Amino acid sequence: MDGTIALMLVQDGVTTGAIYALLALAIVLVFTVTRIIFVPQGEFISFGALTLSQLQQGTAPSIVWLLVGFGGLAAIFELVEALRHRRFSAVPRILGWNVGLPVLLAFLAIWLAPLKLGLGVEIVLSLALVAPLGPYLYRIVFQPLAESSVLVLLIAAMAVHVALTGFGLLFFGAEGSRTEAFSDAMFNVGPAMITGQSIAVVAVSFVLMLGLYLIFERTMIGKALRATAVNRLGARLVGISTSLSGRTVFLIAALLGGLSGILIGPLTTVYYDTGFLIGLKGFVAAIIGGLISYPIAAVAAILIGILESISSFWASAFKEVIVFTAIIPFLIWRSLRAGPAEDEE
Amino acid sequence: MDRRLLGVIAILILFALPSIPGIPPYWITLLNYIGLASIVTMGLVVLTGVGGMTSFGQAAFVGFGAYTTAVLTTHYGFSPWLTLPISLVVTGIAAAILGAVTLRLSGHYLPICTLAWGISLYYLFGNLDFLGRHDGIADIPALAVGGHALIASSEYYYVVAIALVLAAVGTSNLLGSRTGRAIRALKGTARAAESFGINTIRIRLVAFTYAAVLAGLSGWLYAHMQRAVNPTPFGLGASIDYLFMAVIGGASHVGGAILGAGIVIVLKDQLQSLLPRLFETEGNFETIIFGILIIVLLQTLRDGLWPHFARLLPGARRRKSGYAEPLPRRSLPEAGSALLDVTDLRKTFGGLVAVNDINFSLKAGEIVGLIGPNGAGKSTTFNLVTGVLHATSGAVRFAGETISTLSARMIARRGVSRTFQHVKLVPDMSVLENVALGAHLRGEAGAMRGLFRFDRTEEARIFREAEHQLERVGLADLAAKPAGSLALGQQRVLEIARALCLDPVLLLLDEPAAGLRHLEKEALAALLKRLSQEGVAILLVEHDMDFVMGLTNRLVVMDFGTKLAEGPPAEIQANPVVIEAYLGGVA
Repeated sequence: MDGTIALMLVQDGVTTGAIYALLALAIVLVFTVTRIIFVPQGEFISFGALTLSQLQQGTAPSIVWLLVGFGGLAAIFELVEALRHRRFSAVPRILGWNVGLPVLLAFLAIWLAPLKLGLGVEIVLSLALVAPLGPYLYRIVFQPLAESSVLVLLIAAMAVHVALTGFGLLFFGAEGSRTEAFSDAMFNVGPAMITGQSIAVVAVSFVLMLGLYLIFERTMIGKALRATAVNRLGARLVGISTSLSGRTVFLIAALLGGLSGILIGPLTTVYYDTGFLIGLKGFVAAIIGGLISYPIAAVAAILIGILESISSFWASAFKEVIVFTAIIPFLIWRSLRAGPAEDEE
Repeated sequence: MDRRLLGVIAILILFALPSIPGIPPYWITLLNYIGLASIVTMGLVVLTGVGGMTSFGQAAFVGFGAYTTAVLTTHYGFSPWLTLPISLVVTGIAAAILGAVTLRLSGHYLPICTLAWGISLYYLFGNLDFLGRHDGIADIPALAVGGHALIASSEYYYVVAIALVLAAVGTSNLLGSRTGRAIRALKGTARAAESFGINTIRIRLVAFTYAAVLAGLSGWLYAHMQRAVNPTPFGLGASIDYLFMAVIGGASHVGGAILGAGIVIVLKDQLQSLLPRLFETEGNFETIIFGILIIVLLQTLRDGLWPHFARLLPGARRRKSGYAEPLPRRSLPEAGSALLDVTDLRKTFGGLVAVNDINFSLKAGEIVGLIGPNGAGKSTTFNLVTGVLHATSGAVRFAGETISTLSARMIARRGVSRTFQHVKLVPDMSVLENVALGAHLRGEAGAMRGLFRFDRTEEARIFREAEHQLERVGLADLAAKPAGSLALGQQRVLEIARALCLDPVLLLLDEPAAGLRHLEKEALAALLKRLSQEGVAILLVEHDMDFVMGLTNRLVVMDFGTKLAEGPPAEIQANPVVIEAYLGGVA
């Protein structure tokens, strides 16, 4: 391995690592606020990449069916609850957010898709189609389970993953696709050749992380989410709606998932079930960060990206084995520090 | 008709099934698959449903069992029967290693880690040359009995059925044994379990290894049924299927494992032919239905289908245990001799001093009350004495030995027993079994003896002791009820019976009279007096002043972590400092 290859591997690693970092961030966020281990993150990656690919080909994105369906289901859940509490005034708002919005987005997508309005519009449209799935999913699956144990929530998350994979296959088919690169530019920096694509990925990830940091430090909604993460009951007592917090983090997570898919789309061929393995690498990073620390998780994500690219060079067959086994030393370290495990009551 | 008879009939039907004329061979094949999956799922019942640990790696253990026999029989010419124990041991060792690394981690870490190494092992199976990479290993010899190879699925059926029955009986035995009670105490009551001398990490490892060995057994059976193995059935998808089977069937029941496996496999088989026709493309669309089914179940029937199914069956009758030799008792120290000595005990949480250099002592046979307003540090002091928490500084000496550095488990071993301010019982276990948990240290039967029922004499002695203690506290009528169905006051008394089962030298009771009615309080006071006459020392936290004043020899008053006063009840009642702490100062 000479220097040029090493630099190339590191560049690859940092690029995918930046994407893992975004995913790790979303996973940590969802877990701290809702105690849900967000396994279906991977499906949002696939949905994001595949939707963008369909838009680039000028075909109407299949995701709209899922969006309208999920929105409709969420509307039913909301309406049943509103009517039970006789909150009739809430009905128009419920229908607007859960039926009106997805139908509007669906028509917009079907109308705009053949026009091929360019990368920028297509990315925004893809994200607009994928992101609302997050809050709908929270409403349908997790809000009724909000007070359950972490394990029940995890099994539910796994069930969502399994169902969404099936939906992915149904709507996008078994063929994979690779989206067009954002940039063909190449920069020579000393001996290294840096691609515009890498720069775009790293820059987008970094800006997003910074943006999230600012949201959490500076805005009211960010502070509310942090309060929910620290103490759910306490947050409720001071008037923070835990279900609103839940839907908000699911929106952010779905957005980050979809965006990660869009970022990774030009780097690798994405199939309906590719996202899961990518998402799991975000998990490995999140675990190393203890599911609570954003910075450690982000650094771990970059290191995993580099480990992956180096091991795919040296021992490509064992790439996944190496990446997923990397978690073990951290576990040993953690377990040596931990006392007898007490599961939550 | 009782359950045992029903079980025998079920086994007879199971073995008669292939002889029914006209039964399609395909059904038998399907039944074989259900049997194999049931065995794995039973492991998950012990691990997840009962022990509260979720594993997404069970299929990998099936892989260990299958690949071990595949390699040994094809490369090295081992007889398939000889590889059965080897497969189980290899799987068990793999589980013990992975478990040792992951099981100390709490709650959510464990399932994610099982996910990580589950995937890792899947790719390892698929990339190792000696395991045939992704093609796997073919031409595995069939099992043979007396020179006759069991190739037809209607013949192999009997092998699966025998394994299934053995696994079901063994698992039921295990769950009913001393180890089983400890496994059941893991979920939510682990800290209380430690206070009764249960090594929860070891018990977690036992449950984990047991589940893996069942998976290994299923893998061995699979290899000789398919006579070929490849990595696919040992991947994450299969692990998720097993977990879904447990959830659908009812994760805490052996019967639920079989029910869940049956439903998932039959439904999957039907959906796999129906859905692609419906959607007009090929693919595993059944995952959509399974995902939705699980979510609906979790939202509506959290305990799975088995409890609803079991309601139709006759209830299990508890057999009154016959005569058993009483358990040996430890000799109590002479009344009045020094027993517990707390010196300058201090505990800080960050900047908060919860217990501030407390000193007090207790003699054998003495009843001392620890009183003080809420937040005075009484329960923290209890936790320090019993090793649930470790002191920041100071020392606790018990019978001349420093115990403040020991674990809760080691302290329990020395005869210190306690109850908890917030009741910590296993709610779905019977009152009697909860009490028996207290006698954990007085038995020694391990998982193996429990599995094969070589623990009967010891179990009878433990249950005799539990019944005796339950009678003493006046709950004998409720022995068979689930502990969670009792009123809170009764649950507190149940905790006392459990604490007595440890045969304590020192008993620490945290608010024992809370929630009791007048007569019940009198009965409790009489019991505690009798215990103290026998030589048991009692330290109790209590807010009911009438109860405390009439019962104790001495009171220690705490406020804001500091000792305010100490003395006989009458003296304390007249102490102006104590009155001020309780009623507030006069401005």
